[in-house]
Amino acid sequence: MRHFDIEINDLQNRLINMAKLVQLMIKIASKEFIKKDSQQINIILSIENEINIQEIIIDNKCLKLIALNQPVGTDLRLITSVIKINSDLERMADEAVNISKMAYDLPNFLQLKFLFINILKMIDDVQNMIMDCIKAFNTNNSQLALLVLKKDNKVDFLRDRIVDDIKSLMIKFTNIDIIQKALDLIFIAKSIERIGDHATNISEDIVFMLHGKDVRHPQRRI
Amino acid sequence: MLKIKANNFNLYYNDFHVLKNINIDIEEKKITAIIGPSGCGKSSFLKSINRINDIVEYMRVNGEIIISGQNIYDKRVDVNSVRKNVGMVFQRPNLFPISIYENISFGLKINKIANNKSTIMAIVEESLSSVMLLHDVKDKLYKSALLLTLEQQQRLCIARVLAINPQIILFDEPCSSLDNVATKKIEELIMKLREKYTVVLVTHNMQQAARISNDTAVMICGRIIEFASTEQIFTCPSKKETESYVTGRFMI
Repeated sequence: MRHFDIEINDLQNRLINMAKLVQLMIKIASKEFIKKDSQQINIILSIENEINIQEIIIDNKCLKLIALNQPVGTDLRLITSVIKINSDLERMADEAVNISKMAYDLPNFLQLKFLFINILKMIDDVQNMIMDCIKAFNTNNSQLALLVLKKDNKVDFLRDRIVDDIKSLMIKFTNIDIIQKALDLIFIAKSIERIGDHATNISEDIVFMLHGKDVRHPQRRI
Repeated sequence: MLKIKANNFNLYYNDFHVLKNINIDIEEKKITAIIGPSGCGKSSFLKSINRINDIVEYMRVNGEIIISGQNIYDKRVDVNSVRKNVGMVFQRPNLFPISIYENISFGLKINKIANNKSTIMAIVEESLSSVMLLHDVKDKLYKSALLLTLEQQQRLCIARVLAINPQIILFDEPCSSLDNVATKKIEELIMKLREKYTVVLVTHNMQQAARISNDTAVMICGRIIEFASTEQIFTCPSKKETESYVTGRFMI
């Protein structure tokens, strides 16, 4: 195997590991809706720290590969896609931290519990989207990547439903603590939805990486 | 607008089939790069465009190369007029061991482009100016051309071609003997030439093809396997062989 290919493999493996770490963060964050645990945020922050380190390592590796090898064709598309996916994964990790911070004492608010079902559904959906992205990237499967785009619509729909439910709830309650937590839930739903958007970006990058075809913003063709 | 068209062009050295059914449309006032592994026939094709290959013994061709609507292999075509119309610059500067002035004026005289001294001097100065060499050599026009640096010599070779006023300029690895700085300067010059001339460039340096050409033809084993915009060839080629070649994974 050529040295260049070894470096490319290393890059791919690092990116996949990073995506798995993001999945783990979201999984831990989702547990906070079920049980209050002060240790969970610390675990999430330590994983985020590792992701930040990996983000810099991956960016540096990409820069080095471009500067030293002047890649073209599939190699060029792969490296530029990795740079973008890397950035999306890091932002997903930031959103997972936001979710974890805001979800910390949610299990104490029983009045809000009925909203958790859709929140957890959303989390499930974005986790599936990330898993499909990893599979599509790993197996060069553009069809799977395109399916991720469709799944994002469901996440957006759930977010809208959650916001509607919270609006109805806010009318009923005057307790400021509950209102505050309800607002936090809106931000959580927004964060999960943003994770879905990042997964969508990744799937678009995978299609570009595999076929050189730009599927972003289909309604805005230049 | 189409400038050079190869129609089912084949070239043989004895029984060795070098160019196999070449079909390509080269646009006017564009830089077209031809890339491919060593021995694939790039230079042979380039030399077919101005019929320099004619001097190779046991060389035969069939098919057509049409320049400005005329098949240059038609028996009625004067080979000297083809070569006058299609200038060529080689890997290493191939200047005559005479003065800078004479290197340019020689072609003017034998092609009967100019005879009187003032016209010749005007053309010499104009062509040296076109390759951005006049400023460096205006005080030593009558000194040996071989005293110039390699980059200046290559510029002089290009000036010598321009003086004849061709429509097409062929470059066969024009920077292979130059350092990085000189290469960049010659590349800039080639890009400037595109405004007036149709340029065909053979290069082993794929980054050079990517940097300066508009279109790129990929040649493997005597065949053009892909011809497309340079951007497409280097970002998303349609053929697997092209992908393998440009990414350095190609094995014969």
